[in-house]
Amino acid sequence: MGTVDLQHVSRWYGNVVAVNDVTMTLGPGVTGLLGPNGAGKTTLLHMMSGFLAPSKGTLTVDGAPSWRNPDVYRTLGLVSEREAVHGFLTGKEFVVASARLFRLANPEEAARRALAMVEMEPAQDRRIDTYSKGMRQRIRVAAALVHDPGVLLLDEPFNGMDPRQRFHMMDLLHKMGDDGRTVLFSSHILEEVEQVSGTVQVMVAGRLAASGDFRTIRRLMTNRPHVFSIRSSDDRRLAVALIGQASVAGVDVDATGLQVRASDYGTFTRALPRIALKEGVRVRQLLPADESLESVFSYLVGA
Amino acid sequence: MNPTIARITLRGLLGRRRIWLLVPLPILLIGFAWAARAFGEPPAEWGEPVIVGLGFTAVLPVIALIVGTGVLGSEIDDGTITHILSKPLPRSEIVFTKLAVAVGVTGGFAGVPLFVVGLLADSTPLAFALVVGAFVGALAYSALFLAISVLTRRPVLLGLVYVVLWEGLLGNIMSGTAKLSIQQYVRTIVDWLAPTDILAGSVSVPVSFVMAGVFTVGMTALAVQKLRTFAVAGETG
Repeated sequence: MGTVDLQHVSRWYGNVVAVNDVTMTLGPGVTGLLGPNGAGKTTLLHMMSGFLAPSKGTLTVDGAPSWRNPDVYRTLGLVSEREAVHGFLTGKEFVVASARLFRLANPEEAARRALAMVEMEPAQDRRIDTYSKGMRQRIRVAAALVHDPGVLLLDEPFNGMDPRQRFHMMDLLHKMGDDGRTVLFSSHILEEVEQVSGTVQVMVAGRLAASGDFRTIRRLMTNRPHVFSIRSSDDRRLAVALIGQASVAGVDVDATGLQVRASDYGTFTRALPRIALKEGVRVRQLLPADESLESVFSYLVGA
Repeated sequence: MNPTIARITLRGLLGRRRIWLLVPLPILLIGFAWAARAFGEPPAEWGEPVIVGLGFTAVLPVIALIVGTGVLGSEIDDGTITHILSKPLPRSEIVFTKLAVAVGVTGGFAGVPLFVVGLLADSTPLAFALVVGAFVGALAYSALFLAISVLTRRPVLLGLVYVVLWEGLLGNIMSGTAKLSIQQYVRTIVDWLAPTDILAGSVSVPVSFVMAGVFTVGMTALAVQKLRTFAVAGETG
């Protein structure tokens, strides 16, 4: 139950290839789909959701294709990235309406259960228009869960959430994963998914770049090489002290300050304050020089 | 028909004071007829400009356009359509429900004032014929605008082009275009039901019925077909 299977799936728009020959099988548990913006995550999710036809390859949910097959939604719950909802409905009306559209035997009861799961009962009688972003996201999750689907797909569910809401959502996803559901969520912010254990699929430029255990990928992430520019009260003194560190691969000194190439992001950032304190140097500025997601992802791809 | 979709569609269409968008045109129509009558003009004089000039060329198609593109087009536009599409429902059920809501609302908002105008013209048969005409027109127009909403991202613009350019302008210049003009079918059918010298359609009665049916069935089938393979455009990759 709850298996999403992709075999050599590609999708192109004219000459642009959005998804390039992706093969993966998702089973019960939580899986994170990571990648920078424009990597093809949403296109891939749209194809899994039956909102887009693969240009090539086969894509099935529990053995049935999702394209042109509305019956697939009996086993599929979707939370799309666009947070469009019928804002004139109250949260409860919205979830009950979903339950009715799924033709559930007892829509009221199913809605009550789904609302309890996302802890939205206190606000269930307010209009969705009045909800905060996190509340909207939760009510959409409730509507996607109301028919107890085996597979839940969420596109950027943590977008715009504060840390507490994010934690709560993560907790919810894990509970569903532990229940034996197949949960897939996408994210372009690596730090967002830090609490996730489970598997990760990394997409870069339309291709499946890496997949595997999140802990391995997180270790690669924290230990990745990095360039920092530092300004301090005594650049030269700091440079001497830093070059003695194993986590530092090289130091350049120029008029604007120091350029430090750290071979290990985590160890270096922990070591720097200690060294500065010991040397009596005041650090005025510490800037990560290449902190773009693309560089992080391409490092992961190379590893 | 799906009652849940119908209820949500109706609330989206008429809720939150949006209903007032549909009110001015019918009031204008009744107002003109009432004023003409109050000034003592005979119905033969004002019937044509009010019923045809205002009713059939403006009130009916414009209300049908607002409603017909509103029932599905606005949901496609703001993305809420995904909530309905991500349910195990036959796409025909979604389209039929939207069509039924559009026909009911358009028929009501155009039919009631036309009925009143018919009464003001001192003809109860004409009044009833106008209601029938309004619903036949509502059916054909709604099916057309519904199909346009699924086919293009600019349904209102295209609908306006059909109503203003095709039916309004070309319909008066070239007689051939009348064969593909819903307005002409409505005129002919009303005139056939209640013969007066106010309405003279340029299309024959059988052609009107057949073509109104062709429009309705064809456009509805097209909308169902297109909704089956409706692709949601991604905003981010």
